[in-house]
Amino acid sequence: MNDSPFAIDVAFHLGPIAVTQPVVVTWILMAVLVLSSALLTRKLSLHPGKTQAALELLISVIDSHIRDTMQTSPQRYRALIGTLFLFILIANWTSLLPVLEPPTATLETDIALALIVFVATLIFGVTTRGWRGYLRTFVEPSWVLIPVNIFQQITRTFSMFIRLFGNVMSGVFVAGIMLSLAGFLVPIPLMALDLLIGAVQAYIFAVLSMVFIGAAINRESEQLNNDSANL
Amino acid sequence: MNSIEVISIISAAFAISFGSLGPALAEGRAVAAAMEAIARQPEAAGTLSRTLFVGLAMIETTAIYCLVIALLLLFANPFLAS
Repeated sequence: MNDSPFAIDVAFHLGPIAVTQPVVVTWILMAVLVLSSALLTRKLSLHPGKTQAALELLISVIDSHIRDTMQTSPQRYRALIGTLFLFILIANWTSLLPVLEPPTATLETDIALALIVFVATLIFGVTTRGWRGYLRTFVEPSWVLIPVNIFQQITRTFSMFIRLFGNVMSGVFVAGIMLSLAGFLVPIPLMALDLLIGAVQAYIFAVLSMVFIGAAINRESEQLNNDSANL
Repeated sequence: MNSIEVISIISAAFAISFGSLGPALAEGRAVAAAMEAIARQPEAAGTLSRTLFVGLAMIETTAIYCLVIALLLLFANPFLAS
């Protein structure tokens, strides 16, 4: 094991820009996701067939999770959360295919995903509550906690991408170590465990982004509920 | 092998072994508490297991930090000029 898990293979050069392998895999995954959703939703009907029923089941599961976690109607957040979940799930499971390595096993992809969630939290918070309302969430419960609240925004984004990176990368890494120590076919049970970990991590990433966005948009309604309870 | 490499390897092993102790105990406690709650209220199993999974991932992050530190020491050590 000489290759570090932090090193990235360069696939080819586009002029002066080096295009790395995770970027190429990400493009492939994006193409697969876009093409399959375009193909699968081409002939939607009121009386769903098998594929449409399965798709509707998936969407309704995502919707019910959003409704339970964020306590709002899911239609604004379905696209973001669902895409995050599906992309991370498929990206984690590419470790099963030969040649391909999961793009989520590189730090850069995870940083990008966590930053997407961070920016989405800001945008949803500001659009639902306005600038003043969103900034006021930093003063709660007291103005003494302003540095802590700001620090928390940074650390939770940080822990989000470190968690995804660590889990996926350690799976790939352990499978590689087993392969180099014990040989052919031995890492298969570990790869099966990898499937489970990949699914759980995709789920957790989606749930955490729901929790963060929900915390940014929901305090107003919580306060209203508390106030009405007090009244 | 110079002394920095030796110290790095020892501290990587130290980090991962002691860093996984705490999360292992904590996860055991969390799962035990969730089991007890499910046994008392089987109808709340869905909500409980979802919360349990998220909580376990949160706890596990501590061990993952230690793993990342250990791998940084072994593969991307800033004090080794190579």
